[in-house]
Parts: sequence; structure tokens; C-alpha cells
Amino acid sequence: MTYLKRLLPYLKVYKKKLLLGFTVIVFGAVFTNIIPFVISRAIDSIKTNVEFSSLGGYALITVGFALLSGVFLYFTRQTIIVVSREIENDLRNDFVTHIREQDLQYFHFHPTGEVMALATNDISAVRNFLGPGIMYSSETFINFIMALSLMLSLNVHLTLIAVLPIPLISYVVYRVGKSINYKFERVQSQFSDLTTRAQENLAGIKVVKSYVRENSEYEIFERESKNYQEKNMSLAIVQSFSFPMMFLLTGISVVIVLYIGGNMVIDGSLSIGQLTAFIIYLGLLTWPIIAFGWIVNLTQRANASMMRLCHVFDSKPEINDTEITDNNITAIKGEIEFRDVSFKYGTDLPFVLKDINLKIKNGETIGIIGHTGSGKSSIINLIPRLFDSVNGEILIDGINIKKIPLNVLRSSIGYVPQETFLFSDTIENNISYGNEKLDKEKIIAASKISQLYKDIDLLPKRFEAILGERGINLSGGQKQRASIARAIAVNPKILILDDAFSAVDTYTEEEILSGLRDVMENRTTILISHRVSTLKNSDRIIVLKDGRIVETGTHASLIQQEGIYADIYFKQLLEQELEKLD
Amino acid sequence: MAEEKEKKDINEDEVIGKAYDSHLMRRLLQYLKPYRWLVILAIVLTIGVSLATTIRPYLTKIAVDNYIINKDEIGLRNIILILFGTLIFQGILQYSMTYLTQWIGQKTIYDLRMNLFKHLQQLSMNFFDRNPVGRLVTRLTNDIEVLNEMFSSGIVMVFADIFTIAGILFFMFSLSWQLTLISLSVIIPLAYATVIFRKKVRIAYRDVRFLIAKMNSFLQEHVSGILVVKIFNKENKMKDDFEKINYDHTAANKKSVLYYSVFFPIVELIGAISVALIIWYGGGKVVQGALTLGILISFIQYAEMFFRPIRDLSEKYNIMQTAMASSERIFNLMDQKTIIPDPEKPLELKNVKGNIEFKDVYFAYIKDEHVLKNISFSIKQGEKIAFVGATGAGKTTIINLLCRFYDVQKGEILLDGINIKDIRKEDLRKNISLVLQDIFLFSDTIENNINLSNENIPLEKVKKAAEIIGIDNFIDKLPNGYQQNVKERGVTLSQGQRQLITFARALVYEPKILILDEATSSVDTHSEILIQNAIEKLMEGRTSIIIAHRLSTIQKCDKIIVMHKGEIRESGTHQQLLELGGIYSKLYQLQYKESLAQ
Ligand SMILES: Nc1ncnc2c1ncn2[C@@H]1O[C@H](COP(=O)(O)OP(=O)(O)OP(=O)(O)O)[C@@H](O)[C@H]1O
Ligand SMILES: Nc1ncnc2c1ncn2[C@@H]1O[C@H](COP(=O)(O)OP(=O)(O)OP(=O)(O)O)[C@@H](O)[C@H]1O
Ligand SMILES: [Mg+2]
Ligand SMILES: [Mg+2]
Repeated sequence: MTYLKRLLPYLKVYKKKLLLGFTVIVFGAVFTNIIPFVISRAIDSIKTNVEFSSLGGYALITVGFALLSGVFLYFTRQTIIVVSREIENDLRNDFVTHIREQDLQYFHFHPTGEVMALATNDISAVRNFLGPGIMYSSETFINFIMALSLMLSLNVHLTLIAVLPIPLISYVVYRVGKSINYKFERVQSQFSDLTTRAQENLAGIKVVKSYVRENSEYEIFERESKNYQEKNMSLAIVQSFSFPMMFLLTGISVVIVLYIGGNMVIDGSLSIGQLTAFIIYLGLLTWPIIAFGWIVNLTQRANASMMRLCHVFDSKPEINDTEITDNNITAIKGEIEFRDVSFKYGTDLPFVLKDINLKIKNGETIGIIGHTGSGKSSIINLIPRLFDSVNGEILIDGINIKKIPLNVLRSSIGYVPQETFLFSDTIENNISYGNEKLDKEKIIAASKISQLYKDIDLLPKRFEAILGERGINLSGGQKQRASIARAIAVNPKILILDDAFSAVDTYTEEEILSGLRDVMENRTTILISHRVSTLKNSDRIIVLKDGRIVETGTHASLIQQEGIYADIYFKQLLEQELEKLD
Repeated sequence: MAEEKEKKDINEDEVIGKAYDSHLMRRLLQYLKPYRWLVILAIVLTIGVSLATTIRPYLTKIAVDNYIINKDEIGLRNIILILFGTLIFQGILQYSMTYLTQWIGQKTIYDLRMNLFKHLQQLSMNFFDRNPVGRLVTRLTNDIEVLNEMFSSGIVMVFADIFTIAGILFFMFSLSWQLTLISLSVIIPLAYATVIFRKKVRIAYRDVRFLIAKMNSFLQEHVSGILVVKIFNKENKMKDDFEKINYDHTAANKKSVLYYSVFFPIVELIGAISVALIIWYGGGKVVQGALTLGILISFIQYAEMFFRPIRDLSEKYNIMQTAMASSERIFNLMDQKTIIPDPEKPLELKNVKGNIEFKDVYFAYIKDEHVLKNISFSIKQGEKIAFVGATGAGKTTIINLLCRFYDVQKGEILLDGINIKDIRKEDLRKNISLVLQDIFLFSDTIENNINLSNENIPLEKVKKAAEIIGIDNFIDKLPNGYQQNVKERGVTLSQGQRQLITFARALVYEPKILILDEATSSVDTHSEILIQNAIEKLMEGRTSIIIAHRLSTIQKCDKIIVMHKGEIRESGTHQQLLELGGIYSKLYQLQYKESLAQ
């Protein structure tokens, strides 16, 4: 139950509507309970042979009261259920607000499927508690009070006997509830795993198909699915228990009343009419108690889901604006400095960057080269603060980047990630993603520089063409060029290209680079590549090896050093030289 | 809105089908068939439960009338014991019934889910081009989940309700048919209200299901692209866009709440009118002496009993409606026939040699927009062939066709002289290892990513492949070695490392035909040379096809095919192409202008 407390602030927003809802429920319940009295009066009047016309009166009153109770019923749903939908909406918005703020690292441990399951399935469970749960529990409560007061007015002694099983019921409800909470949590987390598995399989369907792994994928999914089914069955065992148990306990209460009350009638301390009436009222109590069991079930489910949601709400991103952030900084120039920076991806993992010291002047073009896994992407990921360095500090324009507001920092950087990602949206929206207000001319200009324009021109809808997921209907090189265009379009102070030409042919690469030369003119540019030809015109080239900068210099000076860079260079040449000998 | 519509157009799945409820229901009931005896048992149990429930008031009446009034203490005790017995009996029946229905529900949705999953595995790439993963995941998870409630309680309860209604009708008619007709005349407006309600609510639910899928697609896309969202500082846009979808979803839900909040009071009201009619007309008859008071009282009780299951049914209708909306989507997906068919009489592929031939192949992803035109070439067993050409020229497309991810529109593709349409896709693909241009790793261990959880490929083989590729050292240094989980899409590895693992994957399957689509594009020169030498030895006598932008990787190939805008422009050996002085030689000079200058 503890986690449901977290819903209070959400409920408070709709205080007035909820209050109205509760009032309406009371009135509704009163009218619903009055109708049987009207009917019994009508029957009594028939017994005494009244006028035919007064029957019509009773008929009209019945309909009239039904109409009133209907109106209240309408308002009950329009307040309480509607509020539950509003809160569901708010909760989901807050969920996404929190999710988007999480550090990149967070997503390595919480797969997409899990996030999807939380946003839909878990929030639904909470909603079920807020809507039907609250509506029925207040209705139930009112009915319970009404039935109980009717009983008390008849016979206090018998009433006490009748409510004797209530402590037992409470205990059973408590135990069952606890068990439901635990089992439901396991069901939900397995549901997450199931979702994740489905999402992985479908995202990698081409690999599955190429290697004819459909059957093995089926088996894996089958395992998850079976597991989910079993967890559900284990929940069902407890859940199926609660309903009959409530029935049984209330039934026992009736039987006890019948026995003791019967004996009282035999003793003469109770009239037979009183006993009959009492048993009828006791019947009124049955439904509220059974409904109570059902509500507990809903509540426990909601609690388990809320717990999972709270994990997200409570997970605070480490990379964020803090009190040291200087909000006066609204723009940056583009000088970057790394001071004794080291970095690792996890406390138990080895350092991937060690003692990096590097100063990049405003407007300078820096090339980075190094073996696979040497830390090139890691080093540039620190600049937009996708990760924070473990030791040392990074300065932009001489200011520690932790002091620069995150949105100022990131919107000054144009970044082409090594792994291309496009949205399933129009090409135009993809290019202008970083800067929605961009006019068409700039979009066209960016696509021209990245040499995508010609390709777009061939598409039937041109800039309006909608891409498939991750840009599936573009060729590898087209995707990469769209990603380059997107980075150029933000008109950044710092431009970072992480192996951005790997899927582009040499000719196109050359064209893009020459187009970029104008763009790079007065901005800081960082180029990562495995190809010397891409980097050699940079102002400075650094060579990374196992997370350390081992060589720095211009193309010419590095060749003279005869180190790693020269080695790569000659290897790339040699391949060609060898060919010439043939 | 226009954009919205357009999006719907490319997603055929969202086009609302003309499936009728009864039609859907029949299909759903198919899934209950294997459990039909259990369903019948559940219904019998339900009847048992309602019998036990109705017998208790009768026993109570006996206790009061026969024993308490007659002051028979022993008789009272006996009847109390009997009552106790019925209670326990009822409890057991009820428990078994509830558990049984849950069991049936779980079993059926499990079957349905696995069926859908199997079906999805068979759909062609063409289908996946058009349907976002998030939506398909929704079908497999949320939509099927919705059916659970229907299968587990819905159907059995509906039967129980229908039985109750039939029973009540029987008793009412046998008591007084005139009064029955009068009191049930209200059924006509009730039926009318129900029809309208059904129609409205169905549309609302359909919108809800559509929007949930949209929400899931949005999340799936933005979470997997969170890096881009962050880099471009678009967390706010992400939130705003999501809020829009969420708002629509809430609005659609509120619409259905509105229908319910109107419909339920109306049912209550109609029930009350029926009672009023009984009082008015029946009461009059009693006064005239044409009816007994007893009949009138039981009629009032029956009328109330009659409308309760009807109201219940509409509440069940809630479950049913959601289920229908979901099953409509699920079956739409199941009816998707974008499958690349296997031949009816497949030819056996024995000892594939690896002769490949394309004959006048034309292909378009989208109707009439030809991406490949008039492609003809042949590759002999053991040859190494390279494809080069500007980006977007159609290189990957050729591979897609060879692996039969898509079917050609004109012309044919032959493997060892057999049209690939005449062999089973499985047999074809088993002989090919393809390193895809788009790197994909599963969030699984490195071992499972290399052998794709294939138990026939032992760890030693995996290690061997890693050694050939030159990532064994790196893997050994990981905390869990080959058992290290690389997380979603391999995010915990560098891009080059990911690519090397997909490369190892291709080798471990020891293919007859190896296809490398930009397979070393993100790898450093050192590794590239290492791999090249290894491949040369490994693929001796076997066919390999290499696509590369870096010409250094392909110079030693037996034949180089130069593609331009979907057509083959040049082909020949490196030397021949250089002498030809065409596209290739231009590309070559560009790439090596420096060394040529030296
Ligand atoms: N699934 C698809 N649906 C629609 N069009 C597609 C699809 N895949 C590719 N195309 C289009 O077909 C053309 C050829 O694409 P293909 O992927 O074969 O190029 P490529 O030669 O491999 O290029 P790259 O070197 O950039 O990878 C491109 O114009 C591309 O936009
Ligand atoms: N999220 C992560 N969690 C743990 N380890 C990581 C993570 N990302 C990268 N690594 C590891 O850090 C090291 C450096 O990775 P990085 O991506 O910086 O290499 P790179 O130089 O960009 O390589 P490539 O040329 O392949 O792109 C690699 O050994 C990699 O396995
Ligand atoms: Mg990298
Ligand atoms: Mg390609």
C-alpha cells in the first residue's frame, strides 16, 4: 500500500471533482436503496384493494426515482471514472518526463521493452484502482454502512454475532492481499521480459531470417511465454481463492445468525418477523464484503505496479543542471579543453580513457584515429555530457562544462553518431530535428552539403517522403548522409563527426568534405575516422591507443614520427602498392 | 491531419477491416476448441454454483417455516448442518470454477500469442519495412493480454448469464404470458439503446487500441533513439509529442466512459419501467382478481433478476468490446499474407556449389520505382566477387534479392542452375552467411550473439571464429568473457567491436556462400587486413560476395561489378577496369590520388 500514497498529489489536482463524485455516489446509493421500499408499499396497497389509479402513482414514483438514481449514476461515472482517466494521463506524462531525463547509462539496464511495459501495462493497473477501485469501494462502503445501521436498529446482539467473522475476513484479506501483491509483481516483471523479448526479436528480424533462426527464436519466446503463463497461474491460485472465501465467510455469518437467532425465536426472545428481516439485511451486507475482496485485489495489483513506476520516478539522472550551473551562460564559442580526464563506464569496469589532456582551439579541426575500441567515441561522448568523466575536468571556453546549462551545451553541438538513427518521419522533419524552425532553404542547403539532395530528388515525395523505422527504406549511405545533414542543420558551434563516412563511397565523401570545409570554417570540428584520407587535412590529428593519447600532430609531422599513425598510413597505402606490383 | 492520414496509408494494418463481431468471435472460439470439454465443465460448475446459491434461500425458508416456528431445535441444528454443507460445497465449486476459467484463459492466450509470434516470423521484409516494431510488440503483448479477461471469465460468465435469462423467461411465461409480454415490452427500446451503444463504443475502443499502439511505437522509437534525442536536446519535444498522443488516448477513453455513463443508467431506468408496468398493469389485474398477489410478487422479483444479467452482460460487453477491438487487430495481422512463399514442391538442394546467376532482374521496393534494372551477372563456384558503386546504387538490394528477402519482379535468380523460387527459403539461407550493413546485436551474451543460440555450435567454435576475427583478446578481458551480456543492440561495445561480432557470426556458420555488405566499414585498418587474409584462406573454393566502399578491400577479387543507379555499368578485374577508364578508375584515383602521386 505504501507506494499508492504517491498518488495523493495526483488526486489532489482533481479534489473538487472527486468531492462531487463522492457526494453523487451517496445520493445515488440512497435512491437505489429507496426503490425497493416504494415497491413494497405498492404491494401492500394492492393487498388492501386500493384504487386502480393510485397504482399508476406508485408506478410513476418508481420510474421517477429510477430516473434520479440514473442521473446520479451518470454523474458518478462522469466524475470518478473520468478523473481516473485524467490521472492516468498525468501519470503517463510524468512517466515520460522522467524517462527522457534519465542518463544514457540508465537505458543500458532498462531495455526498451521494459519501458513500454511500464508505460502501458503498469499504468493501466494503477488506473484500474483509481477508477473502478475507488468508485466501487465508496459505493460498497455506503452500502455497508446502510445495511449495518438497519441491522443495528433491529437487534444489537445479533448484529455483533453477524459481524463476528469480520476480523477473520480482514486477516484473510490481508494475507491474500500480500500474496497477490508479491505474485502480481512477478507477473508484471515477467510481462516486461516478454515485451523485451518480442521487441528484440522483431527489431532483429533480418538477422533472424538470414540465419534461419526462426525456430530457435520461437523456442526462446515460447520459454518466456510459458514462464509468464506459469506466473499468472500461480497468481490465479491465490486470486481464485479470495472470491469464494469471501462468499464462504459471509455465508457462515448467515448460518450462525440463523442458528442463534432461531434458538432465540424458540426461546421467545426474538420474533420470527424480526429474524426474517434481519436475514434479508444480512443479505445486503454480502455483496459489499465480497466486493471488498475484489477491491483489495485491485489495490494490491496497483501497489505492485506503482512500486515499479516509482523506481523510475525515484531514479534521478546524474547528468543534469545543478546548483553550480550558471544560467547566465547562453552561448558558447567552441574552445574545448580536456584536463587529466579519465573515464570508465561502470565502477567495476576498467578505465577506457586515461589521463586525457587536450586543448582544441576555437575553430580548429581535430582528427581522431585509433584502433577499434580505443576510446574514440567515448572521448567525444563526454563533450555533450552523454556521460560525465570520472576524474579530471572538461572545459569549454575555459568554463567547466558542468557549469554550462545542459541545453545550451547540447544545442551548440552538431553530432553525427557512429550508429545512425533516424525517426520514422518525413525526411524534412528528420533533417530539421535539431532545429524545428528551420526554413526550407536551410534544409535544402544542409542536404546539399551532405550530398543527400540528389537522392531525395529521386524520391516520389521528395522531402515529404516518410521513412520507415530507423530509416529502413534508405540505403546505408543515404541514412548516414541524412544524419550528417541533421547535424549541419543545427548550425552548431562544435561539429562532431563520429566515423560519419563509413557507409559512404569515397567520391561522395570527398564531395561532402569539400562542402563541409566552408561549414567548418569557423567552428570547432572533431572528425573520427579509420581512414587517413578523411583526416589528413585536419589542423591536428590525435592517435588514441587503449584510452590514451599516444601521438599528436599534423599529418606530415605524424608521418615523420613513424609511430602508429604512420603505420596505419603506410598500411593503407601498401594495399594499393601491392596491387601495383601485380 | 493530412500527415496523420498519410501515415495511416502506409500502415495498411491500421485500415479498419470489415470484420463483424460474429466473424471475429468464431475465430476466437477456435482457440477454445482444444479446451472445449473444460469450458463445458466450467459452465456446468457455474450452473452448480448458481444452483447452490439459489438453494440456500430455500433451505433458510425451510429452517424458518418448518423448524423455528415449530420450535424444533434438533431439526434446526440438522438443517443448519446441511446449510453448512452446501456452503462448503459451493465454496469448492466456486474455487474450482474460478481457477478453471483462469486456466483456460491462460492456455488460450498462450496459444494465440505463440501463433501470432510464429506468423510474424514468416512475414516478409516488405511487411517489416512498413510496420514499426512498437506496434507489432503491442499486438503480441497488450492486445493479447486484453483477450485474457475475455477467455478467462467473459465467455463462461456470458453463458451463465444467458442460462439465467432463459430460465427466468421460462418461469415468467409459465406464470402469465400476458404479464410477461407487457413487462418485457421494454426490451424493444433496450435493444435499440444497446445497438447504438455497441456501435459507438466499438469505435471508441478501436481508437483506444490504435492509440495505445501508437504510444508504444512512439516509446519504442524514442527510447531506442534516446541518444539522438539527447544529443539534439529534444527531450522537451519528446515530451510534447508524447503528450499529444496521450491526450488523444485519454480523450478516446473518456468518450467510451461517456457512453457507459449514459448506457448504464438507461438500462436501470428501463428495468424500473418494467417493474412499474408490472405494478400498474399486474396490480390492476390483481385488484380485478384476474391474478394472484403471489404471481405479482414473483414477477417483480423476476423482472429484477432479468435485468441484472442484462446489465452484467453489458458490463461484460466492456470486456468483450475491448477484446473485440484487440482481436480485430490481431487477426488483421494474422491475415497479413505478405509472405515470400515456399514452393509447393521444393527442389532438394544437395551439396551447394555456389554458382549464382542473375538473369535480367528488375526490382522495385515500391511499385514501378525500379531500384534495379536489367541486372545480369554470374558468379562461379569459389569466385570472389565485389560490388562497388555510389551509395544508393542498389548493392544491398542485390543481396536482399539473393537471400530472397524480397522477390524479383522480372527475371530470375539461379543458384546452381536452380531458380531460387523453387527451393525452400530455409535451404537457401542455410547455405548463405550474410554480414548485414546494419549492425544488429541482441541483448544477450557474446556467445549467443555469435552462434545465435544454436546449440550445434559449441563454444570452441565460437572462440575460434573470434580468434580469426581478432576480437578474442578483447572478449577474454571482459569481466564475464563470452558470457558477457552486451545489452540492447550491443550498446556496451564500440561500434567496431559490434561489427566484428556480426562478422564472427557469419564465419561460425561455415557457409557455402559468404556475403559481406560493408562488413568492415567501422573497423580499423589493422583488423581489416587481418580479416582479409583470414577470409581468403577460409573461403577458398567457396563463393564470396563483397560490397565495399573502400576499394582496398576488393582489389584481389576475381571480378568487380560496378553499379550505378540500379544498373551494372562495368565489370571485370581490377586491372581491366582501370584500363577501361570508367567509373571505377575514377573512384580508384580519387581514393589513392596521394599514393599515385608518390
Ligand atoms: N526497404 C526499402 N524500401 C524502399 N526503398 C528502399 C528500401 N531499401 C532501399 N531502398 C532504396 O533503394 C535504393 C538502393 O538502395 P540500396 O540499399 O540497395 O543501396 P546501396 O547500393 O546498398 O547503398 P549504400 O552504399 O548506401 O548502402 C536507394 O535509393 C534506397 O533509397
Ligand atoms: N556503454 C558501455 N559500457 C561499457 N563499456 C563500454 C560502453 N561503451 C563502450 N565501452 C567499451 O569502451 C571501450 C571504448 O569504446 P569506444 O566506443 O570509445 O571505442 P571506439 O574507439 O569508438 O571504437 P570504434 O572504432 O569501434 O568505434 C571499448 O572497449 C568498449 O567495449
Ligand atoms: Mg566508436
Ligand atoms: Mg547498402
